Formats: sequence, structure tokens, C-alpha cells
Amino acid sequence: MTVRKNTGLIRIENVSHTFNTDTGVLPVLDDLTLSVPKNGFTAIVGPSGCGKSTVTRLVAGLLKPDKGTVWLQGQKVNTPRDIVGMAFQNPVLLEWRTILQNVMLPLEIVPNAMSSAEREARAQDLLKLVGLSGFEQKRPSELSGGMRQRASLCRALVHRPEVLILDEPFGALDAFTREDLWQTMHRLREEEPFTGVLITHDLRESIFLADEVVVLSGRPATVQYCQKLKQRGPKSLDQLYTPEAIETLNILREQIKIARKDEEDKL
Amino acid sequence: MRQLAVPLFAIILFLLFWEMLVWVNGWPNYKMASPSDLWPAFWRFKWLFFTFGWETLWRTVLGLIIAIIVGVLLGMVMGFSKVVREGLYPLLVGFNAIPKATVVPIVALMFVGQHDLNTVLIAFMISFFPIAVSVSIGLSTLEPEYRDILRALGASKFTIFWKIALPKTLPEFFGALKVAVTLAFIGTNLMEIVSPHGRGLGALFDSGKTNSDYPLMFAVLIALAILGIALYYVVVFLERIFAGWAERQAD
Repeated sequence: MTVRKNTGLIRIENVSHTFNTDTGVLPVLDDLTLSVPKNGFTAIVGPSGCGKSTVTRLVAGLLKPDKGTVWLQGQKVNTPRDIVGMAFQNPVLLEWRTILQNVMLPLEIVPNAMSSAEREARAQDLLKLVGLSGFEQKRPSELSGGMRQRASLCRALVHRPEVLILDEPFGALDAFTREDLWQTMHRLREEEPFTGVLITHDLRESIFLADEVVVLSGRPATVQYCQKLKQRGPKSLDQLYTPEAIETLNILREQIKIARKDEEDKL
Repeated sequence: MRQLAVPLFAIILFLLFWEMLVWVNGWPNYKMASPSDLWPAFWRFKWLFFTFGWETLWRTVLGLIIAIIVGVLLGMVMGFSKVVREGLYPLLVGFNAIPKATVVPIVALMFVGQHDLNTVLIAFMISFFPIAVSVSIGLSTLEPEYRDILRALGASKFTIFWKIALPKTLPEFFGALKVAVTLAFIGTNLMEIVSPHGRGLGALFDSGKTNSDYPLMFAVLIALAILGIALYYVVVFLERIFAGWAERQAD
């Protein structure tokens, strides 16, 4: 394999993708190039329906790009790999399992040498980290939306994936719960280093959680703008209201406007 | 205690009302038998009730088991493949639309004298449809995210079916099974009544008819109701074990 200069843990190179729908072909991604360094955290924002979720499905290997290549740890992504963990807007917990059993699910799939006691301990540690101690034996329906999403995050991380893909995981939560979960995300990242990709509609969320925010253009999407963020590591909510943060938010908001305008022009 | 007392009380109340209705109207036996006539009718033929009741029961259960196997397999192929679903659906709906009473004489002629086979066949034919439909709908409406959480980890199709699709379909399956139990009893009895020299509670009912023994006919109806209730609660019991989680969600 040739050594490349662009050494991100996740590398998306010149990817184009088209969906075949009943009404014809729908180009969603157009020559998209993006890379996330090891233990980096990139947020992807853009107009609704611009193909953000397609990016996550490509990285997870659930979809194959029509053109271009997706690389994970220097290997071409052709099929799903168990070094990936995923969480969606819908926590999709299995109602017939307890919270603990839900979190342990990936360990039943991913080959590992853990005994059942070790698996349980691992799941319990994570649940403790997100503040769900004491809820191990509850059913998902007995938990609030925010708690279910916390459990879903634990499940995504239980097999210690290199890459964590978050597809609008906090989108359906109320503002206070969401801010709580942002702080939980920082705690998780400190304890369990991973390389993150976050799809979101919330610009404040993107600058609070990520090291870099990527704005996608309207469909078919390509990278329109990248914003590296100065602050790294745990942040407090106050830092969202500094003049610097507000300036960043304004820049991003302006970019989203351009992207939406761009999409209208393409239509 | 209350759980047992309330339904028992309701049954006694119902029997009293029935007895009174017949008594007040002065109905003769051939119009409407009263509960007090039933016990003597049962006692007189008690051995026939037990042997025929057993015959009806095992045929119904066997037909039901075949219906579960065929229904689940059909539901699985229809749930996983859109092409199969589109192809089979009109056929199945058409087949289900045919009143089974019309199929009974055809089957009886087709396998003349094979009474057990005929009866089990009709019980199966009448009861597999709801099972096939519920399983196929349960599988085809599985949200893609459920599949994706396992698929992203490299899980095989079988693992996804076993760990997610199958348990998620169980509540629908048991709902259909409750309907199928009752239907299977209808199927068994149709054949037992129509088939000449038949055995089973249906045949006992038929001989009550030919002998103008009306209390016997009513006693058979009650015996069928008791068997139906018993089998229904067996399904409820199995549902509690395998899909009890769904019940708690409804609370």
C-alpha cells in the first residue's frame, strides 16, 4: 500500500453517490473529500436532506459509494467493520431486553475473548459513566428519552470501537436534556478515546462537541466549508456564549444560508 | 383469589339467566335446552365426551402446529422478499376468502375415509392465514435502524433475524395465534360434522341432531367452548413466557 500524506483515521476521497428512486436518479454526494484524524471529532452540518446520513452509512460500510473510496485505518471500506459503533436519533433499544442486556448486544456479535462476567462489568462501567447506574435491570420503555439515548450511546461504545458515528442522536430531545448529553459526550470522550463523526442540525451542538465543523453544500453535497475550532477537550456551557463562539456560530449560520441558496439554485 | 372468583361468578350468573330465560318462556327442549338439562346429557355419554373430546383436541392441535410451521415459513419468505410478497399475497387472500365450509366436502371426497387426515388438513387450512400475514407484516415493517445497529457490526442475516426480527415479531405472532386457535376448532368441527362415520365432538353433535337429542347438542357446544377456552389460555400462557415484555409496555 502506498503511503499517503492525508493520514486521517477516516478518509473519504472523491466520493460521489447516487440513489435510484421511483422518480429517477437522485445524486446525493458529489466529489466529497473529507478526513478525520485519529481521536478527532468532526461535526457535519448542512441543509436538510443534503446527504449527511449517506456519509455516515458510507463510513459504516452499510453503503458502497458509486465513485471514490472510503478508508478506515488505511483500509478500504467494502463491508461493515466491527471497529465502528453507531447511534441514531431513534435509540432503537430492544424492548425484550433489559438496559444491561441491550448495552451488551454488540459483544454478542463482535468476536471477543470476554467472559460473560467481563461483558457485564464492561457494560456496567459504561452505564455508570453516563449516569445510568441502578437502571441496569429496567426495560427501555421504563426510561425517559434522554436516558434511552444514554443507553444507546453505551451500546455504541461497548465494544471499544475506533470510530463512533452519531446520526443526530440528540435531535429528538428537549433543550435541557440535550445539553446534559453534550456534557456526557465530553465525559465519554475523555474516558474512552474514539474518532467521532457527528451529524447534526444544531450549530451550537456542533461547536460544543467537535474539533472541526464541516458544512456540506446543498444536494448533491460536497464540502463547502471547514471550521477548525480552537477549544478542545471538555468545555463548559458558558463557553457557548463567549464573543468568539458567537462569531463562529455566525460564520457557520452564514455558510448554511449559502448552502441552502446553492440547493435552490441546483433545483 | 379475586382473579378466579370474578369470572366464576360471571359464569354462574350467565347460567342462571339462561335457565330463567328458558323457564319463563316455557321453551321446550327442542327449542332451547336449559343448563339443568345439560349435565344429565353429558353424564349419559360421558365416555363418548372424553374419547371424542380427545380426538377433536389432538386433531385441532396437530392442525394448528402445522399451521404455525407453514404460516411462519410463508410469513418469513414474504417478510424478507418483496417479490415473493407481491406474488403470494393475492393468492393467499383469495384462498382465505373461500369459505372453508365449501372446501370440506371437496377434501372429504379427495381423501375418502381418511378422517384424521381430512380433519387435520381443514384445521390447518383455516388457521395458517393470520399467522402468515402477521409474521410477514412484522418482518417487513422492521425499522431499518434496528437492522443497521447489527449490520454495522458485520452480523449475518441469520443473526439479525434471530436477535432482532424474530423477537420483535413475537407479539404479533401470538396475537394471530389466538385468532388461529379458534379458527382451527371451527375447521376440525366442520369436518367432523360433515364427514360420514366421523369421530370427535363434531360427530357427537351430528348424532345428537339425527336422534333429536337437543340437550346432547347443547352439551357438545359447551364441551367445545371449554376446549376452546383451555387452548386459548395455553396460548396466553406461552405468550407470557415468550413475549411478556410487550405486555408490560402497554401498561
